Amino acid sequence: MKENEQNTRRDFILDMVRATGIAALGGFMWSAYVDEVTASTLLLRPPAALKEEDFLRTCIKCGLCVEACPYDTLMLATAGDNKPIGTPYFVPRDIPCYMCPDIPCVPVCPTGALDESSVTKDSILDVNTIDMGVAVIDDNSCISFWGIQCDACYRACPLLGEAIAIKYEKNDRTGKHAFLKPVVVNDVCTGCGMCEKACVTEKAAIFVLPREVAEGRAGNYYIKGWDKEDEKRLENASSIKTTTEISKRSAMDSLNDGLEDLYE
Amino acid sequence: MSILWNNYRYLILRRFTQISLMLLYFGANAWGWTILMGNLSSSSFLGIIPLSDPYAALQMFAAGAVLSADLLIGAGIIALFYMLLGGRLFCSWVCPINIITDASAFVREFFNLDHTQKRQPSTRSMRYWVLAVSLIISFALGITAFEFVSPISMVHRGLVFGLGFAWAAMLIIFLFDLFVLKNGWCGHICPLGGFYSIIGKFSLIKVHHNAQNCTGCMDCKVVCPEKQVLFMIDKESLPVLSGECTLCARCIEVCNDNALNFSIRNLTKKQTIGENNENNE
Ligand code: SF4
Ligand code: SF4
Ligand code: SF4
Ligand code: SF4
Repeated sequence: MKENEQNTRRDFILDMVRATGIAALGGFMWSAYVDEVTASTLLLRPPAALKEEDFLRTCIKCGLCVEACPYDTLMLATAGDNKPIGTPYFVPRDIPCYMCPDIPCVPVCPTGALDESSVTKDSILDVNTIDMGVAVIDDNSCISFWGIQCDACYRACPLLGEAIAIKYEKNDRTGKHAFLKPVVVNDVCTGCGMCEKACVTEKAAIFVLPREVAEGRAGNYYIKGWDKEDEKRLENASSIKTTTEISKRSAMDSLNDGLEDLYE
Repeated sequence: MSILWNNYRYLILRRFTQISLMLLYFGANAWGWTILMGNLSSSSFLGIIPLSDPYAALQMFAAGAVLSADLLIGAGIIALFYMLLGGRLFCSWVCPINIITDASAFVREFFNLDHTQKRQPSTRSMRYWVLAVSLIISFALGITAFEFVSPISMVHRGLVFGLGFAWAAMLIIFLFDLFVLKNGWCGHICPLGGFYSIIGKFSLIKVHHNAQNCTGCMDCKVVCPEKQVLFMIDKESLPVLSGECTLCARCIEVCNDNALNFSIRNLTKKQTIGENNENNE
């Protein structure tokens, strides 16, 4: 009897160990998979979306934003799209965001993954404050940079003259013509993609990328000393000071070190 | 005709609710209906009342997302609904996967595949492990772990918003249930089913067995996707108290001896004994 009891207890413990092992194995595989499939950074999200990391954990994939969009701009990623499954995105070259003044896609979001407050100015929704990405121009394929007059993107932009400016430059090749080059003003561009949709080249020469992807960062080493606003960044800047054998003494000393014999 | 109705009445009703819910969601996306918008993860009823999947909300919580009021209210409504009526009502009356796994079980029965595959190489408590692991991963990676792999949402979303390769998920589940493990997905793995089993533990609607009428034909055990909950058949008059019963009512309709019926749970002594028995099984 006692032996029996011990055996069943042993079995029970072994069973538990086995189950835990299988759970851990499955868990790791599952984590690896989820980590992989959520690692896409080139997606354009609906207006007012939280930053990608928060968006991925907050969006419940209900599609209410998709249904609210009158232009069928938004889509939910489905299996086979190779995008984080179920999450809403849009492809401006197919259908851009037309920047509805009442932004109907945002207030319907039940989870706050689309954050109304981020596009509200003076307690009314302001579509010009949305920020889905930023347009980038490939000046190799943009025909304006060849000297052919186009300005299709300039005229398509809902923030006409603000988000895309036209820069005039002399065309030295002909000597008597001008380049009319489009230039995106990053801070104003909403990333709606109407320019990308309008672009006349075979594959759009102007296209929207997520801001994170399109923009660099100067960091705290460089400050516009002539700009009061920018100088404020110095207040939060931290610096690391390292002391090595060489840097113990002043730079001049250490540079001249060991050169005594040159003077003779 | 009356035999057909008698033996399949709940099955017909279940398919009816499953398909009409599907249709309402589909209509919302395709034709702008406003009765039920969104999908099973979260929806808006009549454009006012939010409804949300409480298990998804739980994963969001574990992942460290800020939970909005709408989400909490929606998840609360759904959780309360199933908590009161019967947790796995969701599985057999709402979930679209149920149609697939039922079909699989039917084909399996039809070709008698169980006779070549008597031993089930897996335990039904696996779903609770999957449930626990999903929450751990959600916490560790800060992402709703099951929502990114769930074939339920994949299929349902697919049917409403465009299928893509989601048909592959349907096929995989069908084949898995058919050839690998009987009632494999719904009865062993699905953490949503596990979640609703726990939630529905103390719900009101239960199937009741009356052993006096039972002739021991065991037809009920053949159709039941969760056989273990029917341990009392031909032994004792007890309600099916386990939360794992999906309330599909297949057992009720196949029983020709009136030995199984729906009952509203009442918390008398006799049932408490039943609960103990069940735990000893
Ligand atoms: S602002 Fe309008 S066009 Fe743009 S995504 Fe929202 S609903 Fe669609
Ligand atoms: S409405 Fe919100 S939660 Fe629903 S899919 Fe759109 S972003 Fe996600
Ligand atoms: S994406 Fe293009 S069209 Fe839209 S605001 Fe930016 S520059 Fe203008
Ligand atoms: S006990 Fe009856 S109602 Fe419950 S799952 Fe089994 S067949 Fe369905």
